[in-house]
Amino acid sequence: MTTTTTKAPPVTAPARKVRPRRRIRPARLLLHAFLICVAVGWLIPLLLAVYASLRPYAETAVRGYFSLPERLSFDYYVDAWQRGGQPRYFINTLLIAVPSVLLTLFFASFVAFLISRRRIRFGKFLLIAFAAGNLLPQQVLATPLYVMYSKIPLPWWMSWPSELLYDSYWGVIAIHVAFQTGFCVFVLTNYMDTVPIDLIEASIVDGAGVWRQYWHVILPLVRPALGALGTLEFAWIYNDFFWAVILMSTGDKFPVTSALNNLRAVYFTDYNLLAAGSILVALPTLLVFFILQRQFISGLTLGSTKG
Amino acid sequence: MTITTQPPAPRTTARRRRVARFSPRDVAVIGLLLGIPVLLDVALIWGPTLASVALSFTSWNGVTDIEPIGLDNYRNIVSNYPPFWPAVRHNLIWLLFLGVVATPLGLFFAVLLDKQIRFSRFYQTALYLPVVLSLAVIGFIAQLLYSRDYGAVNAALGRTDNPIDWIGDPSINLWSVLVLVGWRHVGYVMLLYLAGLKAVDPALKEAAAIDGANEPQTFFRVVFPVLRPVNILVLVITVIEALRAFDVVYAINRGRNGLELLSVLITDNIIGEASRIGFGSAIAVILLLISLGFIVTYLVQVFREERA
Repeated sequence: MTTTTTKAPPVTAPARKVRPRRRIRPARLLLHAFLICVAVGWLIPLLLAVYASLRPYAETAVRGYFSLPERLSFDYYVDAWQRGGQPRYFINTLLIAVPSVLLTLFFASFVAFLISRRRIRFGKFLLIAFAAGNLLPQQVLATPLYVMYSKIPLPWWMSWPSELLYDSYWGVIAIHVAFQTGFCVFVLTNYMDTVPIDLIEASIVDGAGVWRQYWHVILPLVRPALGALGTLEFAWIYNDFFWAVILMSTGDKFPVTSALNNLRAVYFTDYNLLAAGSILVALPTLLVFFILQRQFISGLTLGSTKG
Repeated sequence: MTITTQPPAPRTTARRRRVARFSPRDVAVIGLLLGIPVLLDVALIWGPTLASVALSFTSWNGVTDIEPIGLDNYRNIVSNYPPFWPAVRHNLIWLLFLGVVATPLGLFFAVLLDKQIRFSRFYQTALYLPVVLSLAVIGFIAQLLYSRDYGAVNAALGRTDNPIDWIGDPSINLWSVLVLVGWRHVGYVMLLYLAGLKAVDPALKEAAAIDGANEPQTFFRVVFPVLRPVNILVLVITVIEALRAFDVVYAINRGRNGLELLSVLITDNIIGEASRIGFGSAIAVILLLISLGFIVTYLVQVFREERA
């Protein structure tokens, strides 16, 4: 079940449109100039952060962040990697984030398919229940969940040493899936509403069961939305430390973002070290973005949305 | 779960006929794949939510016995809790800012980048990057830009002699934070719209072009209406983001001194030292009611559209 749900079976590859080479128009140049300004403006805060992480704190504290450097080095990155004990925490995070994202997308896309394209009874009610559940701030759920998790036993091979749902990855994954499925059902239902229902009807006439309609007809068509959602969900679950802090207690099992908080607690005076650590932590989310970008950015022309 | 296993009643008068009956195998697949998420949603989201609603009528602090006190918490919040109304106001300003500035900007960029232009991936990446950053990075960037003494903004403006305290001054810090929040929200909205625009049939645009429509006309008359589901989606997300806003202000100064938000008040009361769980839950219920107000509006829209 945890197989890559985002990977849809190869649909007939959209024939790449052969674009006639156009002459460069002034309007295009203007557009590019504008977009470059915007992109640079958007990147400046980040570049400043990277820049600061390469400079000793003693220097920026005296001369300010907006100044020429005296010394640039990767010392802080080495420091953050070693002192933060990051390799282990990275693995912890992946153990939580990867199953959570895959399960969330899988369940959510199936439920959205039933609501949107099979129009099951009470579908709208389900949609509202899922979507409204996502409106709550996480803090509201914290106390009841904590009490509940502390009372549910798990066998030792699933949760060591607590033998409870509390302090286990199962519990953290479960709440991530529950919380994010609501959001994804909502998003995917809206996207699937743009897929013509005739496609499903045609496949039913062909004798396809619910699973085949879902897996072979709908999923390939909502790939851009799945790609976008996968990126967002990975970033959110990866960056979340709230649930881990509330629902776990063993320090060695914490995800990397919570461990980063420790780095902040111990070396709170050295902001530049913290910057290096957090940039290091942000790298996997960027990687996922670059991998999934193709799904929603390259022109996946759906020839099937003719009204 | 049982609701789905019933075969649809043969309603010949139904406006939207159901597509087909389900075979026994279909029922099993649906039972499993719909059952699990519904079960999780009920057990881990709605159960605790109802528990929180119940707790909002008590004075529980996590240690003593749970004592019901009726509506006292709500009365105290409205009349006796100074940070409450500023928090409501800040949440609404937040909503207005995202709805009027950041969300349209995200749509605008998505439309520009949806054209087949060179370097599109670079532009998209630049706009999207802020979305993936963790709390820690955002907190650091706020420090780096807005710090009174060594922040980049004051240095760039040349205000080193008479520096502006972008974060510490309660009359402007909400706006400083909103700029950062907009910085993230634009990329988020752009991403959702990009995925939506991919689903728009290019033939529609071509047809409009053949009919002599210029680009803005094509967009507003043809593309935008087709995007209706995505528009509703983005609208609701903007509302949720604005009402649930938490992490940025929490990273900056724990949501004090001009940066109060409802979610911060909830956190302070429930998880803070005082551990006033009943009181915090009551604020949460108020927040939930406000959010549901927007969701119900959305719901009415959806049903109206079905009847049409």
